[in-house]
Amino acid sequence: MTNVQKNRLKDQLFKFWGIACTLIGLVLLVIFIGGILIDGLSRIDWAFITDLPSRKPEKSGIWTPLMGSVWILVLTAIISFPISVAAGVYLEEYAKKSRLSALLEINISNLAGVPSIIYGLLGLEVFVRIMNLGASVLAGALTLSLLILPIIIVATREAIKAVPGSIRDASYALGASKWQTIWNQVLPASSGGILTGVILALSRAVGETAPLIVVGALAYVPFAPQGPLDQFSVLPIQIFNWISRPQQGFIDNAAAAIIILLLITFIMNGIAVYFRNKWQKKLQ
Amino acid sequence: MESRFISEINGKKNYSNTMSDMMSEKIEDAKTEAPIAEKYKLQTKDVNVYYGDFQAIKDVSMSIKPKSITAFIGPSGCGKSTFLRLFNRMNDYIEDFKMEGKIKIDDKNIYKEKIQLEQLRKEVGMVFQKPNPFPKSIFENVAYGLKIQGIKDKKLIADRVEKALVQADLWNEVKNNLNKSALTLSGGQQQRLCIARTLAVEPSILLMDEPTSALDPISTAKIEELIHHLKQDYTIIIVTHNMQQAARISDYTAFFYMGELIEFDKTKKIFTNPEKKRTENYITGRFG
Repeated sequence: MTNVQKNRLKDQLFKFWGIACTLIGLVLLVIFIGGILIDGLSRIDWAFITDLPSRKPEKSGIWTPLMGSVWILVLTAIISFPISVAAGVYLEEYAKKSRLSALLEINISNLAGVPSIIYGLLGLEVFVRIMNLGASVLAGALTLSLLILPIIIVATREAIKAVPGSIRDASYALGASKWQTIWNQVLPASSGGILTGVILALSRAVGETAPLIVVGALAYVPFAPQGPLDQFSVLPIQIFNWISRPQQGFIDNAAAAIIILLLITFIMNGIAVYFRNKWQKKLQ
Repeated sequence: MESRFISEINGKKNYSNTMSDMMSEKIEDAKTEAPIAEKYKLQTKDVNVYYGDFQAIKDVSMSIKPKSITAFIGPSGCGKSTFLRLFNRMNDYIEDFKMEGKIKIDDKNIYKEKIQLEQLRKEVGMVFQKPNPFPKSIFENVAYGLKIQGIKDKKLIADRVEKALVQADLWNEVKNNLNKSALTLSGGQQQRLCIARTLAVEPSILLMDEPTSALDPISTAKIEELIHHLKQDYTIIIVTHNMQQAARISDYTAFFYMGELIEFDKTKKIFTNPEKKRTENYITGRFG
């Protein structure tokens, strides 16, 4: 075999190895989703979505945890968006390169890697106990906000970095102040990227279970929350709950709830991808 | 008269001509004010610029007349762009930037602490090398400078936008599409839009940093013609790599080399009979 043939063979081998590796993940996902669809699809109807929890699996619905998830989603967005975008703008536009800002940066990257259960414990201590919010939607949303802050901050910084310097130059050269430049040019030009980061972070928050269990969402909650200080449950916790029951009916319910949860996160990720594409086109 | 515009390479050697004149004028100023103050739009004295340890500009003094076109030429890295960006203080954003000496516009030192950058940049507009329109509509691009000044009068803004677009010779091409994104324009149109955007703020000095280097010959010709017209109302300083361009459009030409101002004179003189050997070598294409 000549050298050229050998190299070609290696080329082919690596290609097949790569395809196989890619397929492993994909095939497993398909099997998993397929199994869930078989178990749960027949269970999904309008009543399943609007029914309150019940002792009987066929009468149980996901209204309470679904509304809990929506409440958590909205509150988390309201809390985390302004804080993390402001922090990102500060770090990217204002912070001088110093030891302090380097330290801040390292800490933010570290925060993004802290296990979510730790955030749950922090939330339990600070929001549930010290601030005396109890096991409320607000306490849960504050905890999840902490969890996704670093993600949005990093996304904001990346989006701001992608704004061409020439736009800033043009704005300054026309007599704009720093804040005018940020508000009128930098933020609009980076809004697509920031929005993408926010949606991806929120879709992670929707799927979080561990921190909310610690904060106290793993309780029997018969009704959907009416205000931010009400008790709540969320979809992933409801799934966890049903899975741990022995009856087949509850297992099917869990599968159906998983389908709904996956649908929500897929839609959110889809919106994020849409915004990112639109934004990238705009900056070209 | 001529000698006023000849540069001082080392400040001290030929110092007498311009700088001492400036000083004595200052003394006379007290009596006869206006005409002398108008003589020069822009004056620099013994300007040094450092980026950290690197000296980018060495002892440059020059005086620029109002409503004239001055071209800065020289090889890449000679400091001409740095020098240009001193006049609207765009170098202030660069870390390690340090500047010594005086730069006066309308007899006011623009590097005094008290000066307002926003005010200075209203007076001294800038057009960049690559067209850099905002990713917004054509109208919003031109109106931006007015809006950030807090002008809210819609009619006034619309009038100024139209006037600026007419001045920049772009009005006829865009008047029906003012709400279209500026990014849909061609490169040459974008650059004229950037000029219009600058004119809308009504500056008295226009700084142009290689404004045609990213454009095709036809767009370049249009912009050159435009610059020629604008001379009636504006003091224009243009950095260019293109020596034919400098010869075509400018009244005065300054040749920079390694951060020094080698020669500064009427364009005709620089291109036909330069004083310095180095200028001649550069212009005839022997180096640079």
